Amino acid sequence: MAKKLMLGNEAIARGAYEAGVKVVSSYPGTPSTEISEIIAKYPEVYAEWAPNEKVATEVAVGASFAGVRSMACMKHVGVNVAADPLFTAAYTGVNGGMVMVAADDPGMHSSQNEQDSRFYARAAHVPMLEPSDSQEAKEFTKLAFELSEKYDTPVFVRTTTRLAHSQSFVEEEDRVEVPNKPYVKDITKYTMMPSSAIGRHLKVEARENQLKEDLNNGVWFNREEIRDTKLGVVCSGIVYQYVREALPDASIFKLGMVYPVAIEQIKAFASKVKRVIVIEELEPFFENQLKANGIKCDGKNLFTLQGEYSVSLIKERILGISQDVEKIDLPVRPPVMCAGCPHRGVFYILSKLKLTVSADIGCYTLGAVAPLSAVDSVVCMGASVGIAHGFEKALGRDQSKHTVAVIGDSTFIHSGITGLVNAVYNGSNMTLIILDNSTTGMTGHQQHPATGLTLKNTPAPILPLDDLVKTIGVKSLDIVDSYDLAEVERAVKEALNTDGVSVVIAKHPCALLKTYKAKPALSIENCKKCGMCLKIGCPAIYKQKDGSALINTSQCVGCGVCKQLCKFDAIKGGDAQ
Amino acid sequence: MRTNILIVGVGGQGTLLASRILGTLAVNKNLDCKLSEVHGMSQRGGSVVTNVKIADKVLSPIIGLGDADIILAFEQLEAIRYTNYLKKGGTIVVNTQQIMPMPVITGAREYPSNILEELDKRCGKLIAVDALEIAKEIGSVKSVNVVMIGALAKQLGISFDEIDNALKQTIKPALYELNKAALEKGYNI
Ligand SMILES: Cc1ncc(C[n+]2csc(CCOP(=O)(O)OP(=O)(O)O)c2C)c(N)n1
Ligand code: SF4
Ligand code: SF4
Repeated sequence: MAKKLMLGNEAIARGAYEAGVKVVSSYPGTPSTEISEIIAKYPEVYAEWAPNEKVATEVAVGASFAGVRSMACMKHVGVNVAADPLFTAAYTGVNGGMVMVAADDPGMHSSQNEQDSRFYARAAHVPMLEPSDSQEAKEFTKLAFELSEKYDTPVFVRTTTRLAHSQSFVEEEDRVEVPNKPYVKDITKYTMMPSSAIGRHLKVEARENQLKEDLNNGVWFNREEIRDTKLGVVCSGIVYQYVREALPDASIFKLGMVYPVAIEQIKAFASKVKRVIVIEELEPFFENQLKANGIKCDGKNLFTLQGEYSVSLIKERILGISQDVEKIDLPVRPPVMCAGCPHRGVFYILSKLKLTVSADIGCYTLGAVAPLSAVDSVVCMGASVGIAHGFEKALGRDQSKHTVAVIGDSTFIHSGITGLVNAVYNGSNMTLIILDNSTTGMTGHQQHPATGLTLKNTPAPILPLDDLVKTIGVKSLDIVDSYDLAEVERAVKEALNTDGVSVVIAKHPCALLKTYKAKPALSIENCKKCGMCLKIGCPAIYKQKDGSALINTSQCVGCGVCKQLCKFDAIKGGDAQ
Repeated sequence: MRTNILIVGVGGQGTLLASRILGTLAVNKNLDCKLSEVHGMSQRGGSVVTNVKIADKVLSPIIGLGDADIILAFEQLEAIRYTNYLKKGGTIVVNTQQIMPMPVITGAREYPSNILEELDKRCGKLIAVDALEIAKEIGSVKSVNVVMIGALAKQLGISFDEIDNALKQTIKPALYELNKAALEKGYNI
């Protein structure tokens, strides 16, 4: 058996592969993206990018009904989008095993919130497993398919960023082909209307009770480790590793299944130790259940609801050992749009025009940071359109002359289209800018329905965003090159002054795409130190000690945006725009 | 070779390849190993940290404060940012390259001028490498990371053949020759 270092995500892909999964549908989202990218490389598995997580989940549900093992992978906020099919698929149950991966992001390395997915498991009555290293990630994924078929329910695998993006050793095994289960029409199971759903709800309760009973009798994926009995810790996932390192002598009850919780087993564990502490990132999910069942424990009285835990934090809170940290006042280094990013110039214009900007989620969210500082609000994928429409309905045409919504191409397809339909339908006077960089940039450049390729890199029809917008009923549509600042400014001003819904598509490929044609670096001669070119915040230009600007030739891709800002023609090279 | 290495740098500098080469090395030496990487938002030019832990048995994949034997820094400012993670008397291998962060670009802050001195005060051993210049010499600016891995390998007391093997196993064959040159230069500083 080959032993390989694998990311948690790679191990999940491997587990699904070995379990004989046949259909995978996902939408990218850090920290879940690599699962689908990796599984797409196995020829035995059909894998696709769906336009959003709701569709991805529905595809997985369909494949499961049809009788094959299926999977849908997403980040935690993706589960919000997928919640509708999820809650009812929990009623129908499965035919082929169905697994949903929910990747949480405590500490918000790459997310707009740090919600705790375990509550979805409880709310939908869907079992949830949480691995603590890559080997378990593989094993638990395989287990999830088995449990799904055994208990007739979709099963969640939950990860967190540190599990998903850490590598540890995994033993590979062969794929086992699982025969397709016959699909048999059964409206009491697959057609959820009140008459049948009433029956299914009873089944949900029955299967969950059965599962709880089995858990309470002991299962291999929950584990009691008795060491010193002065302290017993209840934990799961990556936190288990932190606890083992910080408190090597502590007894541990490690939950492999985080919903339902094996409460009787924990009661027995609690009776063997003097003190119980629940250590869990984010919400007091286990703690509240322990307390509700009369198990005395500490938890969030010692720990925070926010961010990631660590070995140091556990040592500090439980052993009172804290480390001296020297505070050094250093310039911060937040993420920035790349040199040559096509979004940069558009945000410069929006900032220059002093507009209220309802933005969205993607690389272009970085338009919010200095020096562009162009963004007023960001909530969730697709929200920019509805929020701008809401502004207009609240404050009227005077406001909408100074307000734009800004959305990326992948995000527009994900959930911006319905917002635009709503705006047209309800007589909005709003302006929407679609930043079309021909990719899903933020999550690492995935294909989407308007790029012409699939997840498996096969050719696909290109969704024409311009025709789509026109079909929705938008009368005023302009398409401009994102690098052409004068054109962008003209188009935005015209759109703002046109009644009804206006759309500007600002188009230019992302500078990190393999197909991007970089040009020779620009250079600055006789700089007059006016600082204009620094206003766009390109990481390839910086201010030297004497106040003059310098272009770093190893970073500049020759996009020419800075050149359009210099009133003294000091920036040389590149094509005149 | 039982060691905790914190690799720090700027998103896009190739810290992931560096950690994967070390991972391969651990595999070859039959040691346990965990790597923790950063994907997503901070890969867009933000401050990035990669953890490499090699031991007989590794639990947490993350290196705690004061727990790194070595900090391998791809950029000066990032080196000083993470010195709190270094063990007392630990080693810092730093690329002297400077990449301006946004507050410096906009003129709100100055890039600290005396970083190497400050680093020296905070570690047992400081190795400063002009990896960008070396990478330029061999005609491959993208190989800064491999130059640094070479310099690190020397500090770890690993033979050149061992690290070269790990490189060969990790990198795309087409890129191997060029990067071997980078590795050699780094190793022989
Ligand atoms: C519901 C949901 N799913 C996935 C994500 C992760 N995510 C953040 S931005 C983004 C897409 C960005 O693509 P695009 O809109 O084309 O903008 P770009 O990054 O290319 O500028 C994704 C998938 C998320 N934040 N929310
Ligand atoms: S990855 Fe592409 S879209 Fe994202 S910041 Fe870089 S250039 Fe812009
Ligand atoms: S041309 Fe100007 S704006 Fe474009 S990448 Fe080069 S320095 Fe940056």
